[in-house]
Amino acid sequence: MNFEFSEEQNMLRDQAVSFLKDKSPLSVARKILEGNEPYDKALWKDITDLGWTATTIPEKYNGLGLSHLELCVLAEELGRALTPVPFSSSLYLATEAILAFGTDAQKEAWLGKLAQGQVIGTAAVAEGPGEFSPTKVGASVKANRLSGTKIMVPDGDIADFAVVVAGGDAGLSLFLVDLNQPGVTRTSVATIDPSRSHANLAFKDAEAEPLGKAGEGASLLSQLFDRAAVLFAFEQVGGAEAAMNQAREYALGRYAFGRPIAGFQAIKHKLARMYVAIQLARSNCYYGAWALSSGAPELPVAAATARVSASQAYRECAEENIQVHGGMGFTWEFDCHLFYRRAKLLAVNLGGESTWKNRLISSIESDRAA
Amino acid sequence: MDFNDTPEEAKFREAARAWLAANAPKHEAYSQEDFLKAAKAWQLEKYNAGWACLRWPVEYGGRGASAAEAAIFAEEEAKYSLPTGPFTIGQGMAAPTLMAYATDEQKKRYLPKLASGEEIWCQLFSEPAGGSDLAALRTRSVRDGDDWVINGQKIWTSGAHYSDFGILVTRSDPNVPKHKGLTYFFLSMKSPGVDVKPIKQISGQSGFNEVYFTDVRIPDAQRLGEVGQGWTVSLTTLMNERAAIGGGGGLGFDTAYALAKELEIDGKPAIADRAVREQLADWYCKESGLQFTRARTQSALSRGETPGPENSIGKYVGAKKTQDIASFCMELIGMAGVCMDKDLAALGGLLPQSYLGAPGGRIAGGTDEIMLNIIAERVLGLPQDIRVDKGIPFNEVPTGN
Repeated sequence: MNFEFSEEQNMLRDQAVSFLKDKSPLSVARKILEGNEPYDKALWKDITDLGWTATTIPEKYNGLGLSHLELCVLAEELGRALTPVPFSSSLYLATEAILAFGTDAQKEAWLGKLAQGQVIGTAAVAEGPGEFSPTKVGASVKANRLSGTKIMVPDGDIADFAVVVAGGDAGLSLFLVDLNQPGVTRTSVATIDPSRSHANLAFKDAEAEPLGKAGEGASLLSQLFDRAAVLFAFEQVGGAEAAMNQAREYALGRYAFGRPIAGFQAIKHKLARMYVAIQLARSNCYYGAWALSSGAPELPVAAATARVSASQAYRECAEENIQVHGGMGFTWEFDCHLFYRRAKLLAVNLGGESTWKNRLISSIESDRAA
Repeated sequence: MDFNDTPEEAKFREAARAWLAANAPKHEAYSQEDFLKAAKAWQLEKYNAGWACLRWPVEYGGRGASAAEAAIFAEEEAKYSLPTGPFTIGQGMAAPTLMAYATDEQKKRYLPKLASGEEIWCQLFSEPAGGSDLAALRTRSVRDGDDWVINGQKIWTSGAHYSDFGILVTRSDPNVPKHKGLTYFFLSMKSPGVDVKPIKQISGQSGFNEVYFTDVRIPDAQRLGEVGQGWTVSLTTLMNERAAIGGGGGLGFDTAYALAKELEIDGKPAIADRAVREQLADWYCKESGLQFTRARTQSALSRGETPGPENSIGKYVGAKKTQDIASFCMELIGMAGVCMDKDLAALGGLLPQSYLGAPGGRIAGGTDEIMLNIIAERVLGLPQDIRVDKGIPFNEVPTGN
């Protein structure tokens, strides 16, 4: 059994770690969080130059043709560094959707540009508060023209195109929509984590092109979310581990009552529980990575377990990291809040923990009924 | 990343599967009354065919197999409901200690009979005054000619009532700090002066015992390690304890899921209730997390690496999960959930039985709190607790109840 990343994949990780240590320390995430730029453009260029955006794109579209395992490695390290770039939107959502559902022509049109970072893609799903429901989508496409609104679109203010869920002639469907056209109005929105920008999108007779089988929108979106969930889960595990390490470092260096607070059992047990949560999540993520990269029918179950346990781990680590820091952890100056913000952002972006727990049991039910 | 065996491992697994398929099923049916007899019969069957204690050298009754092969056999064996419990401590904890500290003659005398199941061993470590703080134990050993004379009491000794031998840690010198005054022995449980008294647990069962020692004589030749080195020897035993006890087992997701399909809440199947679904999902994620953590451990073994103390998460997560699932399922059943009448209760009373047994799982082999300490200290490198008894002669250390 070899249920681990390969030597080559670990070499890629080493490269990613050293690149991000140099180019994406937490001060870079903080710069975007505190400033007015939606993302770090120079860093994004470096990342596209490294070919990370081309990872899973086949060579015939100028990609690297690597597997999703390599992408999981990168996701974990980007999550650890809180790197403020549109990587997840463009890769886990847009690239994944086109790879999985696109026609040859659509792949030809978009994948090469995505690989080289010439365009940024995203997905537009939510329309209002509450759990997403395929039966309550208001956006609709008639004669290839999209009208309606989408909210909280990640990187919606900078993306060049979006995968949009909307009603069509055949029912709920996915569409590819160029966001740089007159029928699209973008409004940036403030979020809990300004190091990753979001926007509301209003469409009025915007040109839209079907993606995947018409009328299969609910199923396609579900498939897309399963794929994205694995990749986001790796980001979450990376972030959780970084938060735990930050808490550990602080506890070792902070003295109270004449000794490091890391020696008090209340703190030790807190850190040990963070470790346990991360281990469970990491092992589930590996299963998700295996299912995603091998096209296994177990993907829905694997993705949901990875997603749920990674959300749990990140929440616990981000919350308890602040707690270990005490008052200093609650200050703007300390970086604890960067993880606290990102943990919640990533926990709700594909639907929250409750949604994914529900999905998990649904997948188990259908597996066992079969 | 895959779940595939290497070609050699695949061959080994195939052989293990074939042998188990031919021999295991007839050992699956046994009653609680003849549990021990059934366990010995299965162990002997394995021993005679070369499937017992796989990692041990052939001369001591093993097969000289790799850790990965042993893990593969254990995985395949676990697919059957076989009685293996009575040998866990002897083979998993006493044997590694004997391998490290006994004379060659002793190894040849005792190890093959441990492997064949002919002799069963127990572990005489915990005491009323020495549990999580094991080194605070008080059972005295005093040198007398070629013998040592033992007086004192052990507790929580699993299987002492049917064991032939025991491994024993004693205090040989109370005038030095606690870790330095210990000496380690093995002895026959039939020795004059050994008195075994079963402890009735909250589950009503009696898996473990109090063991009293009154002027018990042990030949010095049965000392393992030097006089005063008992703590070091004990660590060899304890390092193997968590591997022997491991994770897994206990009530799982499947039981709760099946009940939720069957029972109703508000006139609808309980499985349709969102709160029930979320709770089930939580356990599924934990089980799956443990399963794939084991897969990662096995990958490390496959590469010839030694898995570290990160394995401690298995027992910590598993024991509490069992307790939670038992509790949840009983509530799902409602007023009948507490029924333990075998003929009337759901699942023959398994749920309340597990509920009553579950606290033991969170204590035996290191409490939840000790497991967290191990993770904090050995995995995360956090400082040990401050010990107010450090450096103080044992007989001057304050004691409470």
